[in-house]
Amino acid sequence: MNNIVIKVEGLSKRYHIGAKHKAYQTFREALSDAVTAPFRKVAGLLRGQATAAAGMHEIIWALKDISLQINTGEVVGIIGRNGAGKTTLLKILSRITEPTEGYAEVHGRMGTLLEVGTGFHQELTGRENVYLNGSILGMRRGEIDNKFDEIVAFAEIEKFIDTPVKFYSSGMQVRLAFSVASHLEPEILLVDEVLAVGDASFQRKCLGKMGDVAEAGRTVLFVSHNLVAIQRLCSRVIWLDEGEIVEDGQSGEVVSNYLKMYSSTQKEQKWSDMNTAPGNDSVRLRRACVHPEDGTSDDQITVRMPFLIEFEFWNLVPDSNIRINIMLITEHGITAFSSSPYQEMIWNGNPLPIGLFRSACHIPGDLLNAGLHRVMIRVVKNNRYIIYRSEDILSFDVHDSSDEQVTYFGGRAGAVRPILKWTTELLDRG
Amino acid sequence: MNRRNSTTVDLPTIIIKPSRGWVSLKLREVWEYHELLYFLTWRDIKVRYKQTVLGAAWAIIQPFFTMVVFSLFFGRLAKIPSDGVPYPIFAYAALVPWTFFSQGITQSANSLVGSANLIKKVYFPRLVIPIATILSGVVDFVLAFIVLLLMMFYYGISPTVNVLFLPLLLLLALVTALGTGLWLSAMNVQFRDIRYTVPFLAQFWMFASPIAYPSSLLSEPWRTLYGINPMVGVVEGFRWALLKTDTAPGAIIIVSSLAALVLLFSGAFYFRRMEKTFADVV
Repeated sequence: MNNIVIKVEGLSKRYHIGAKHKAYQTFREALSDAVTAPFRKVAGLLRGQATAAAGMHEIIWALKDISLQINTGEVVGIIGRNGAGKTTLLKILSRITEPTEGYAEVHGRMGTLLEVGTGFHQELTGRENVYLNGSILGMRRGEIDNKFDEIVAFAEIEKFIDTPVKFYSSGMQVRLAFSVASHLEPEILLVDEVLAVGDASFQRKCLGKMGDVAEAGRTVLFVSHNLVAIQRLCSRVIWLDEGEIVEDGQSGEVVSNYLKMYSSTQKEQKWSDMNTAPGNDSVRLRRACVHPEDGTSDDQITVRMPFLIEFEFWNLVPDSNIRINIMLITEHGITAFSSSPYQEMIWNGNPLPIGLFRSACHIPGDLLNAGLHRVMIRVVKNNRYIIYRSEDILSFDVHDSSDEQVTYFGGRAGAVRPILKWTTELLDRG
Repeated sequence: MNRRNSTTVDLPTIIIKPSRGWVSLKLREVWEYHELLYFLTWRDIKVRYKQTVLGAAWAIIQPFFTMVVFSLFFGRLAKIPSDGVPYPIFAYAALVPWTFFSQGITQSANSLVGSANLIKKVYFPRLVIPIATILSGVVDFVLAFIVLLLMMFYYGISPTVNVLFLPLLLLLALVTALGTGLWLSAMNVQFRDIRYTVPFLAQFWMFASPIAYPSSLLSEPWRTLYGINPMVGVVEGFRWALLKTDTAPGAIIIVSSLAALVLLFSGAFYFRRMEKTFADVV
């Protein structure tokens, strides 16, 4: 079964930065550009710039000389930071966009799940949308007829199938859309971050479905930021960065190298200049820091130790009712918990005057598991609007405690590692 | 069923590489996606008059009231000749195919931009989108045409055997609309000016076609040359086939058909050439 289904050789894709502006360019701009371009080129040459170098900063290569082969039945994960070229690769393989250079060969019918719900029309009923969406994804009418009941049952919306989808909740729409897409039976399935939607139980169902697809011997290419899902589903992982393959190999290995690369800890950050600090017109950060309850950010944090996550920020709008919300993410990409000052609105429940504030979240000992943690922060205004968010403000290691009796080998399983009360009673002496 | 078995036996191979210069039309692929074409057309028909009070009546109101206005100003006041038939039906017989055409180019011009999220997320031959938009207009055409038949009954005009040519004349209107729509939709992806140009273009084109006046105002050979505007052939053809206007427009229709084919093929090639940039630019 080691047939090559996807063969990619020297694939590159160039984008012009500012393509957004290009999209809305007017005849006038195009005309004046066409008229002045030769003059600017000549001027550039006179100033001694090579034409290529002069235009260089306007161009980015989303993919640079990618070569790879994928065999039948392989489930391959693609990881990388935002803008690494993952989606571009899928878009080229699915023929949505053309490569600038290079060559690729795909054997077999290909199905793409680039975004759930593409092509749903709000005015049409669920039933009509199943047919429309199915045919957009490349299913034949007979195929949709055969699977219709299955699709509806999987989405759990039997009762509403003849209701226009504009009356559906967003969760229902997502379920129906994923259900249609997952009943596609191509030889090759390209999936881009579809699991970021839906509630936990539905996500589990989706993962199960993808697992089925893989077991049926079909080839899957799976782009995701969810490293847990990647490790669970994929045997092979390709790590892209800045359009190039960094590593291509066995999934556990690549994922752990990837994590090591991006997980240098950052336990304190300071921004002295208010104008360049992260934030916006309403709020700007001055300092963020993780440190043990009685120590500084240089001290280690162990699993037993209570510690603080602290923020100093400027509030720039008078009487603003803002709240900071933090999320702690483990190295497996699981959110250990999120927290907001519910009990005490950030400043004794009063709206904040303009000024510099410090708030701290107190995290007790014996809660987190050992390993790397990232802190995500969101600033919410009037309990409704997220006015600022950042994914990588702080990261820190939680170490195993040396005074802990080591009664186990390796780590303890779980996103968190609380010490819980147990009771044992003798009920009947045998 | 047959088809799916065969795909599992010998897998289709897709070659992906940058295309250069002029590319083939890949009409066979468009045919392979005919079910998608069907569903998109059906969707456009289905949602066209959703949440409107008058619904499909709009398909009749537009040409009908234009006819009323034309009859008052051009027929009554300006006394424009109408090839020997009552002016209202003279104008309406032209407005029915004209409305089909102008709606077709307006909607297809915006069709690609309107389907941006489809284009960015799924592969299919992009030609399907403007084609579906134009085809969905046929339903409106049929509704307006029924009113035309009622008017003929009212005026006591009975159709002749020339009516058999009507499907071909409709096809000519369709080809003209599609050719224009392909140009406009592909250009609209790059230049959003098109969106603002189309209403103006449609209006200009209407007065450049013999809707409110007969082409017989022109003498030969100018009248035949006038057929370079394919809508001249369509409009005069409709009048000839239905109302038996005495000037058989044979030569005009030949000129118009050739012009329409040039429009269609140039539009299709331009569209295919620009197609590779759609997903990146739209």
